[in-house]
Parts: sequence; structure tokens; C-alpha cells
Amino acid sequence: MKTLEVKKPSGYTSQFGPAHPAFKEPVMFTLELEGERILKADFAPGQAHRGIEWMGMRRNCLQVVFLAERICGLCGITHALSFCRAVEQIAQIQPSNRAHYIRTIIAELERIHSHLLWAGVEAHQLGFDSAFYLALKVRENVLDLLEALTGSRVHYSVIQIGGVRRDITPEQCADIEKSLQFYDETYEKLVSIFLEDTSIKMRCRDTGVLTPELALKLCPVGPTARASGIRKDVRVDHPYAAYADLDIHPILPDEYTGEIRGDVYDRIVVRILELKQSIGIIRECIAKMPEEGDLLAIPKLGVLLAKLKAADGEAVGRHEAPRGEVMHYVRLTAGEEAPTAWKVKASSYSNYMAWIPMLEGDQIADIPVIVASIDPCISCTDRVAMVRGDHTELLTKDDLHRLSVERMRRIQAELSAG
Amino acid sequence: MNILTPQELADVMKEAAGDGFQSARCTEWAEGVKGLTSKQVWVNLSRESLRPAIQRLIDIHYPHVAVIAFADTGEQVDLIYHLYIYYGIPHEEVLITLTVSLDKTDLKIPTITDLIPGALTSEREKQEMLGIEVVGIPDGRRLFLPEDFPEGVYPWRKDESGIPSDMIKELWATGREGLPTCATCEAPPLAPASQGEPS
Repeated sequence: MKTLEVKKPSGYTSQFGPAHPAFKEPVMFTLELEGERILKADFAPGQAHRGIEWMGMRRNCLQVVFLAERICGLCGITHALSFCRAVEQIAQIQPSNRAHYIRTIIAELERIHSHLLWAGVEAHQLGFDSAFYLALKVRENVLDLLEALTGSRVHYSVIQIGGVRRDITPEQCADIEKSLQFYDETYEKLVSIFLEDTSIKMRCRDTGVLTPELALKLCPVGPTARASGIRKDVRVDHPYAAYADLDIHPILPDEYTGEIRGDVYDRIVVRILELKQSIGIIRECIAKMPEEGDLLAIPKLGVLLAKLKAADGEAVGRHEAPRGEVMHYVRLTAGEEAPTAWKVKASSYSNYMAWIPMLEGDQIADIPVIVASIDPCISCTDRVAMVRGDHTELLTKDDLHRLSVERMRRIQAELSAG
Repeated sequence: MNILTPQELADVMKEAAGDGFQSARCTEWAEGVKGLTSKQVWVNLSRESLRPAIQRLIDIHYPHVAVIAFADTGEQVDLIYHLYIYYGIPHEEVLITLTVSLDKTDLKIPTITDLIPGALTSEREKQEMLGIEVVGIPDGRRLFLPEDFPEGVYPWRKDESGIPSDMIKELWATGREGLPTCATCEAPPLAPASQGEPS
């Protein structure tokens, strides 16, 4: 009798992205699969590269502050603060302590809104949309507060070289306290939903694991590193702004669960506990904020520009963004207005590499949950590559604008005709 | 753990770099009411001394590679390795910056990914953005630049291999009538609307 040879199904390669409904921003994954299991993962960022560093090296430092702020919509303060701190060190401009405290308060408010947005997105990826709506609903409170303090919900434009551009008045301190009380109440609810819910726990436990050894070697930052047991938090390690005056410690998941597994659940734990930490930091800053102190060390922009033009040297400015460390390397040359060198290291830049070990060995269905768990920030796009048939065309902002106007006119014509 | 001071670290780097050592300096910067200082050590060394210096840092405390920064100084390209050690110990972290200057005629640097795998992202980026050849890189593909980006154009270089003017998109110029246009963008103005302006 002839035996039928059953050929073992071989693996296949599939692409995930760059534009995928589960991702908020474009990034492409190429996956080698065996059934539903991911054997090998690779990723290709750069679908949204805008050449910001190139632009920055052709503008003066005051312009770069606002350009840096626009690297990311969520981390509005992060990049401006890091860039300003680097420039301040080169030009030896010391902001007043009051300015340092205001910077810290705004930065922590930003962390609250960023972590809440992330919690919402992660809940959405888990298919838990009621938690998504809740997170976004409670996030409105801090956005309104930020608008009241700075005039804007995103891109606060509050940081300037040598200090801050807006004060926080005693009346505003009362508003902040009101908002913090709201988050004290909400915090309990968020803990019960995100940390105690059985379905979230079952789905996220031991999913997307990053071991402490790999976390050390692949150099991730922020909650991604801390969830794998790396004690690394710029606010604690590196004294800056008002953080050096506060008694804070890096939040590791074992504070809540008693163990470190480095999975998606641990990343949720770290971020939820950091909400509480941020509330505490803001309260402490308001209580300790020095009454005296100029907002800007050099208020006249002309004088500031002249001082920056004469400055010579290199420095590194850092800040612990909600997603982890952001670092700006700046080199200024005397006599030149634009920075000679400017390198921006965003937090997701360090976290990308951690995706690969997290994805390998996991299921296709867990990709969105794992990808979102590091809170990636891929930034908005300036051009779109379109593949139609067998040719690729590159659409610029001009083309997109023209297409949208044409479409609008077509719709208007159809409406008036019909 | 015995924590070395920045000056001691600079001395250790000098010893590890051997003949390739060029210069070292320590800087401090304080912020906040308590005035605690953050510490930085800046070391200039040759290409041959880079790996021994990093190996020495690994023996002291496994460093976190933040990024490899860069500067185009005309005849040379500086590669600036930013590494942190002593993180996790409150306020004790030290930033070690290793600067290697490469002549533009010989832009080669050994990889450090076998010592610290996390440096791969940054090494791939230096290859495509600056035209550096990282010798021994385990994955030399492009990372951020698109596949159809021309060969031999390196966005961060400030010489003739940088971005040529015809590649600059000037996105602020929309091509609409009555608004300023730029020299390089050839978008024709839109045809006048037949029925009212879109809102």
C-alpha cells in the first residue's frame, strides 16, 4: 500500500502595514509566519520621515525651539525642553528656579494626558472600546487645564531658551488642584479597569515579553525599559528642572504585582502607576514653587539671539518624556546662527528594537496589542507614496491639497446639480 | 558598587584608549533649588580606540547607548557616541561622550553592535544619512530613507553629497493663486473655481 506523504506546511511571509487600521501611524512590519505564530519579525520605519534635523540646521536657535515642538503632537513640551536645555548649557544661561518648577508642572501634565491617551489606544487594540471611551473622556480634563494654563491643547509654546513664556498664577494653581482631585478619583476607576479586569489580564499576561537581559542590551527607554525591570528614569538618574528637589523613584511593575515579567500587562501597570506619581509630583511642585524669579533669563529676543550667536560648544539636553528619554545633541559655533549639528533622539527611536523579541513567538492577533504597548510615536507624514497598478507615485502636500480641493468642488457640483 | 568620579572615568578612558586618546574634559550643570549637578565626560579618541573604550565601560557598568550623534565639520565627520553609565542610582548617572573624527576620504568605523546590540538603529541611520561605512554591521539595510531615495545622497552632509536643491519640496508653497511660490516647485496654480470657494 502506498502511504500518502503529508507535506508539512512551510512558513510564509506576510506584511503588516505600513497603513493598517490597528496602527495610528505608519510603520511596516514584515513577518515570517507559521500558521498564526510569528517566527521572525522585521520592521521598516521612515514612512513619515520629515527631515526635521535638516531643517533645524538651517534655522536659528529661537526658530528651532518651535520647530522642535512640532516633532510630536503629544510630546509638545518634551522636544522644546530638551533642545532648550542643551542650548542653555552651551550659552551658560540659567533659568530661574520658578521657571524650572513651571517646566516641571507642564511636563507632568503632559505625561498625564499622554498616558491616558495611550491607555485608551491600548484598550481599543484589546477590543475594549468602553475603556477607550472612558480614557479619552477623562483625558479632556487635563487638556482643558493645559489650554487654560498655556492657551493651547497641544504645542503649548511655553518653553523658551532661558525659561518659560507663561507664569502660573495662584488662581491657576487652584484650577490645577481641582483637576488633580478629579484624577485622584478617576485613578481608582482606571486601576480597577486596567489592572484588575480579568480579560485584560488574561490577554496581556505573558504577551509580548521583553526579558530583563534583552532590555539591557537593546537599550529601550521609559516605561518599556522599566516594565522589564531596568531602573532607568531620567527624572531620577539625572538631576534637572525641579525633579532633583523631589523625592521620586523609578516605577517598576513589582510595586503592584510583586514580580517583573516584562510583558504587556507590566507595561500597563507602569503607566497607570505613573499617573499617580505625576499627580504627586505636580502637587509637590506647586507647594514648593519659589515665589520669586524671572520667567525668562533674557527676555529680549534680540539680546538672546546675539548671545546664542556668540556661543560656542556642544551639549546634551534630556528629558523623560511620557514614552521615555528624549535627548537632543546640539553643537553651536561662534558666529553662526544655526546649530552646526543637531541630533534628536526621540524615545521611540530607542524602543523600536524591542519590538522584534516581543513579537517573535507571539500570535498574529496580538500584533496590535504588542506594537501599541511600547506607545510608539511615529509622527505625522509629509508625503504619501501611492501604489496604483504596477507603478508608484509620490504625492506631495501640493498634490494632496489639489486633490482635496478638486474633490470638494466635485461634491459641490454634484450637490447643486442633484 | 564603587562609583567613579567623572575625573576618574576620564582617566580610565584615557588608559583604555591608549595611543588613540586625544583629549578629555568633564562638565557639570546644575538645575533646581538643591543645585544637584548632572555629570558629563567628553572624550575625543581615534577610530581604533573606540571599541576598547566601550569594552572598558562595559566592565565598569553596562552602558545604555542613547544615540550616535554627528557633526559635519567640513573636511571631517564627527561621530559622537552618547553612553550612560550608573543609571538606576539616583542622581549619579554619568554621560560619557566618545567623539571620533573621521576624514571624509576614509569614512569607516567598526561596529559596536556585538558589544551593545541596541546601537544597531543608530549605526544603520549613520550609514544612510551620512555615508559612513560601519564595518561588520550585522544588518546594513536602510532604515528611515525610502527605497527609491537616490544612492550617494546623504541628507546630513553639508558638502556636495548633501541634499541637492532640486530635492527640496518647499511645502509651504501651495501653488494657489495670490500666494508666494517657490523657485523649485513647479505646481501650476489651480484653475479658478466654477462655483464658489470650498469652505
